[in-house]
Amino acid sequence: MSVDVAELSSRSRVHYLNESYGLKSWLLTTDHKRIALLYLFSITFMFLVGAGAAALMRIQLLEPYGAIVQPETYNKLFSIHGIIMVFFFLIPSIPAVLGNFLVPLMIGAKDVAFPKLNLLSWYIYVIGSLFTLYCVIFGGVDTGWTFYTPFSSTYSNTHVLAAALGIFITGFSSILTGLNFIVTIHRMRAPGMTWFRLPLFIWSMYATSIIFVLGTPVLAITLFLLTLERVLHVGIFDPAVGGDPLLFQHLFWFYSHPAVYIMVLPAMGVVSELIAAYSRKRIYGYPFVAFSSLAIAFISFLVWGHHMFVSGQSIYAGLVFSLMSFLVAIPSAIKVFNWTATLYKGSISYDAPMLYALGFIGLFTMGGLTGLFLASLATDVHLNGTYFIVAHFHYIMVGGSVMGFMGGIHFWWPKITGRLYPDKWARLAALIIFAGFNLTFFPQFMLGYLGMPRRYAVYPAQFQVLNVMSTAGATILGIGYLIPLIYLIWSIRYGPVAGPNPWRAKGLEWRTPSPPPKENFEETPIVTEEAYAYASMPAEKSGA
Amino acid sequence: MNGIATCVAGHFVAGLLFPLHPPTASTIARSVDNLYFALTGITLFFTFLIFGLIFYFMIKYRRRSEDEIPQDVKTSIPLEIVWTLIPTLICGFLFVWASRLYVKNSEPPKGSMEIFVIGKQWMWHLQHPEGAREIDELHVPVGVPVKLTMTSQDVIHDFYIPAFRIKKDVLPGRYSSIWFEATKTGEYTFYCAQYCGAEHSAMMGKVFVMTQSDYSKWLASQSNGNSMAQAGQKLFVSFGCATCHSQSNGGKYPALAGVYGNPIRLRDGRIVVADDAYLRNAIAKPGSQHVAGYASAMPSFQGQINEEQLLDLIAYIKSIGSQESQASIQ
Repeated sequence: MSVDVAELSSRSRVHYLNESYGLKSWLLTTDHKRIALLYLFSITFMFLVGAGAAALMRIQLLEPYGAIVQPETYNKLFSIHGIIMVFFFLIPSIPAVLGNFLVPLMIGAKDVAFPKLNLLSWYIYVIGSLFTLYCVIFGGVDTGWTFYTPFSSTYSNTHVLAAALGIFITGFSSILTGLNFIVTIHRMRAPGMTWFRLPLFIWSMYATSIIFVLGTPVLAITLFLLTLERVLHVGIFDPAVGGDPLLFQHLFWFYSHPAVYIMVLPAMGVVSELIAAYSRKRIYGYPFVAFSSLAIAFISFLVWGHHMFVSGQSIYAGLVFSLMSFLVAIPSAIKVFNWTATLYKGSISYDAPMLYALGFIGLFTMGGLTGLFLASLATDVHLNGTYFIVAHFHYIMVGGSVMGFMGGIHFWWPKITGRLYPDKWARLAALIIFAGFNLTFFPQFMLGYLGMPRRYAVYPAQFQVLNVMSTAGATILGIGYLIPLIYLIWSIRYGPVAGPNPWRAKGLEWRTPSPPPKENFEETPIVTEEAYAYASMPAEKSGA
Repeated sequence: MNGIATCVAGHFVAGLLFPLHPPTASTIARSVDNLYFALTGITLFFTFLIFGLIFYFMIKYRRRSEDEIPQDVKTSIPLEIVWTLIPTLICGFLFVWASRLYVKNSEPPKGSMEIFVIGKQWMWHLQHPEGAREIDELHVPVGVPVKLTMTSQDVIHDFYIPAFRIKKDVLPGRYSSIWFEATKTGEYTFYCAQYCGAEHSAMMGKVFVMTQSDYSKWLASQSNGNSMAQAGQKLFVSFGCATCHSQSNGGKYPALAGVYGNPIRLRDGRIVVADDAYLRNAIAKPGSQHVAGYASAMPSFQGQINEEQLLDLIAYIKSIGSQESQASIQ
């Protein structure tokens, strides 16, 4: 009976989802919350394309001589998997979906600083994606997501230009989003929302935005130079026409290593929110966690050469980049210790988002520690270019970033849609994803040390057992990803009404109804306390 | 606890199904493995520490009632300093260990045997100074340091021998080098470890580590009396190099006897050593590092001489260099 009343009230109340209807009201919206949903649909679609490519790769690797496709096709599969997952899923995932939805809500603003620019960045993303999809449908690209020259600039006969153009265009979407967040966080905070009262998610978005703005132009320049050489044969990277092939790698990794932190810093922000909410504690060492985000963003620009230890760069450059790479591990370690310490004497519940958050901490720890093998010069020589690298960065990007994204989506889903999903299914899916992930990628560490190079369409038979294990894990992981897709869609219509604060969490976003009104808050909130002030929470049923 | 037991058992079973490291067949392999196992130990320790604490806290501090509000725990600055210092010290220790090993492993011992490697889509061409030429196979003697001088004819490749724990990118337009000293006779696989196009995964081969006497026999049976230097001498004539670069040209152009390995003064005042890389450049791009005191009349041979011929020519220049310096010592 009471559910019906709540249901009725949520239908009759005007909020951002029902304030207007029709395709036009979505495609011309400047509401950050609707733009977040536009991004959610687009990146989910791109994720499915990238995951499809990965599925075919794992099937191929069941057999040493390749189970289903020719090497040329396999090369296109891993290229498109990397390009889509990095540039069209991971980079925009948390910033463009959760960041867009939450940054204004968390700081008590009505919208981002430049709402129209925000919509423009989604359109730019879509145009970039269309080029990439064109490239996939009309023959593909076989350079890997790294586009190493002179292979990409001179030798490859595939759609390098379409792929590069897609990434080039999408980069502008990142730049605009970063710009928008920086200005929003500086200028639009509610009264009383000082810098050290900001939720840690905002700090991580701020650090990410800085990398967006400083790093992405370098990627754009690099791809532009690549295009110049490929089309006009200007000698930049190919020694046959007077270029330097290592120059490309320096430029590419100058962006693409910080991009790793674009992918993981936002997930760290999400995890900070989840750990606080589900242990009802202020994050232990808040300023250390906040500043470690900025430290990571800063140092991440000085470590690119660790991708090039065996490329022929000088020994001394190698030593400097190795040292910097060890340094960037330290703020990450500080975060892990502080999150773990937050659990101490907490009131911990095991809702699905918390399972993702704890999974993130464990897997990110492993991903980070295996990074030390690669920062160490002597072991990197053996491991570089093998499956060890593949395993390492999937622990960071899937075990870290995707876990963070899934946790964030589950945590804020009731806020976004106003509905709850079935918690049992959600917990089950989180466990399946955790198990499937480890079975997929742990064997790849071993493959790497045994010497199996990455990007191999066929491989010596001695590596088959581990590859079959990895494919079995990928199957489980795939199932784990499909389950949330089903119950989350189901919940939009059939899920129980969530109420403004189903988790009894702190944070301004939980002080407004779910889904929030178009203007976010009925009146501008005034902030009088620090973030995560659970200890001062009155023992009331639910907020607002 | 259950998780740890399963993991240990899993590790044991895994060890039976497949080895945990590749064959240890070079002088540096064991030392790299030691670092690897130390890193694995550190990784396992912290992984179990973090997972262990998470599980412990999850059980001990599970929410007991819906209205439970825990007490705030004040951040302890000394604790923050301790857990900043511990990873810093571990990282510093690892950095020093790994870097010293890397620097030590980088420099080939003096008097290493030389072999030349050319990568091309999608095969490896290897040549011995004595004249033996191989495709996707490399024969070497055990217990002798071997230096590989490598270049690519097209895109970037990477020469990787897991059993020796060595790897280096093979770039077009320049020479890179690695070295190893095999410690066990046998057959080992080498791979291309830098993605290079369609048949990248077919770009593998075998290293045959032989006893020194077997190697000498093999080398004698393979070399058809035409060493790299001899092949280079023929090219030196057929490309017309001899016209200018001979002792009898009256000093208008540099004579090349005795040049190899010695310092030369360039027109811009720099002094460089005439090594493989310099000579390669001097033939392919003569204008870039011009020797002081001579006219710049030499045309570029880039595109006319392939990488194998370049290596032969350099071997020839090297051979007349060493004869000369031997003569001058006597």
